[in-house]
Amino acid sequence: MVNQARWQRVGWGVAAWLVALLMFFPIYWMIMTSFKTEAAAVSTPPSIVPMEPTLQNYETVFEQSDYFRFAWNSVVISLGSTMLGLLVAVPAAWAMAFIPSKRTKPTLLWMLSTKMLPPVGVLVPIYLLFRDWGLLDTLFGLTVVLMLMNLPIIVWMLYTYFREIPKDILESARMEGAGLWQEVVYILLPISLGGIASTVLLNVILAWNESFWSLNLTSSDAAPLTAFIASYTSPEGLFWAKLSAASTLAIAPILILGWFSQKQLVRGMTFGAVK
Amino acid sequence: MAISRERLVGVGATSPSVVMLLLWMVVPLGMTIWFSLHRYLLLQPGSYTLVGLENYAYFLQDPAFLNALWNTLVLVGSVLIITVVFGVAIALLLNQPFWGQGIARILAISPFFIMPTASGLIWKNLLMDPNSGFISWAMKSLSLEPIVWFSNWPLLSIILIVAWRWLPFATLILLTALQSLDEEQREAAQMDGARPIPYFLYIILPHLARAITVVVLIEMIFLLVVFAEIFVTTSGGPGSESTNLAFMIYKQALLQFDVGGASAGGVIAVVLANIIAIFLVRLIGKNLDEE
Repeated sequence: MVNQARWQRVGWGVAAWLVALLMFFPIYWMIMTSFKTEAAAVSTPPSIVPMEPTLQNYETVFEQSDYFRFAWNSVVISLGSTMLGLLVAVPAAWAMAFIPSKRTKPTLLWMLSTKMLPPVGVLVPIYLLFRDWGLLDTLFGLTVVLMLMNLPIIVWMLYTYFREIPKDILESARMEGAGLWQEVVYILLPISLGGIASTVLLNVILAWNESFWSLNLTSSDAAPLTAFIASYTSPEGLFWAKLSAASTLAIAPILILGWFSQKQLVRGMTFGAVK
Repeated sequence: MAISRERLVGVGATSPSVVMLLLWMVVPLGMTIWFSLHRYLLLQPGSYTLVGLENYAYFLQDPAFLNALWNTLVLVGSVLIITVVFGVAIALLLNQPFWGQGIARILAISPFFIMPTASGLIWKNLLMDPNSGFISWAMKSLSLEPIVWFSNWPLLSIILIVAWRWLPFATLILLTALQSLDEEQREAAQMDGARPIPYFLYIILPHLARAITVVVLIEMIFLLVVFAEIFVTTSGGPGSESTNLAFMIYKQALLQFDVGGASAGGVIAVVLANIIAIFLVRLIGKNLDEE
């Protein structure tokens, strides 16, 4: 009996590993293909690991395309939109958590509902306004749009973290004569550093991968990595290994960040409804 | 006096966020509604006339619209079913203790972090290409006829790519919910010698009900407007077989320069999304009250 139960356990463990490997396989395959020659990438039968691993594709991606400019744009847009968002969201979340009023809950829910506005619904006016204001294909324009897209998530996440801080701490600081500014900068922010870091992490990931506005509002100057990868839609000749190399480079940093942010992801994406 | 000053500070601190979101929502949305009542073709200067609901009438009668609406529903419905059913199964598998559990979990949720343009192109070429793709090779090795994915099954292909990205999301949320299943409850059920199937149906599934609802509602918001995966693989084709509402509006606006028509489509998309949003906001609002 004991033996049977043990084998059953091993069996389920093996099943779990098989499912995990199956889910990860496309990523594994992409990474492996990025180290193959173009000829080996399309040859059949495919080799599970590259027979003659080469870095040539990475060199080509670096040389032929402006890879670093696209990467820089992605960094600016994702960090910029997150930081701008924080700047606006910290005071709002602070007020909602520590000076709640009758309007707090409706305001929070209303913010959430703006997140549900489908981007295609406002594509036309945003595109036309951006054209008239000269904001098309600018880092500033895209950063602001992504900031507004993610602002509700930032406010919500900060709110849930701030709410866990006992009010007494802030109140006793106020008794000691701390001003509002000191209260926020020297007490609230250090205490909630973990929560703020989580919020930043999730938003950087979301902004990095955002592909609707980045494809529609940029063409070359401000194009981030999502748009760069999309340019492989209609290349000429053999391109699988180069596509794989470019994709691996675009994905790696955010994949690693993602691994560290599982919990924050659940909290941020479900607005605290699942813990 | 002190209270009202505190209130004032509160309002002052909240208003930048509120004003920005209000502008972001009201101005473009108002413009979309305004444009949708006009005949407005970007390539014909001077073509800007009030036509009332004509764009809507045109849109609603256009077979291409009904087709796009249908494709949207099929895409959303299929991905939801795949992600919830397999999400529950995978979450249960990953929740049991086994060797290397942490690493297996990380591998299984990784697809969620892949940018949609990259996942679309990797699947289209490396995996689904009818000649040299891995799936075709695997099918040939089993002496099956390889599937010509994007020509014969364009919508199914998109569904698979999108589901691959959202299945990890469902798994992660459900896994988190499973972990909060009370240890005592689990032990009690084991002591009572609960059989696996009733245990699943009467204990686990009710416990997951809320998490499943959240997964369904949140995924719906994102799935209604799937865009990049279609943009880099089929461009909505062949014909309009894989055109969803989002892609149709994009084509109408930025490829055919029909601002009026595209805006009418945009308003319809907003209305659809709002119907879902009402349920989600209510659910989360209830959650806020409970705490």
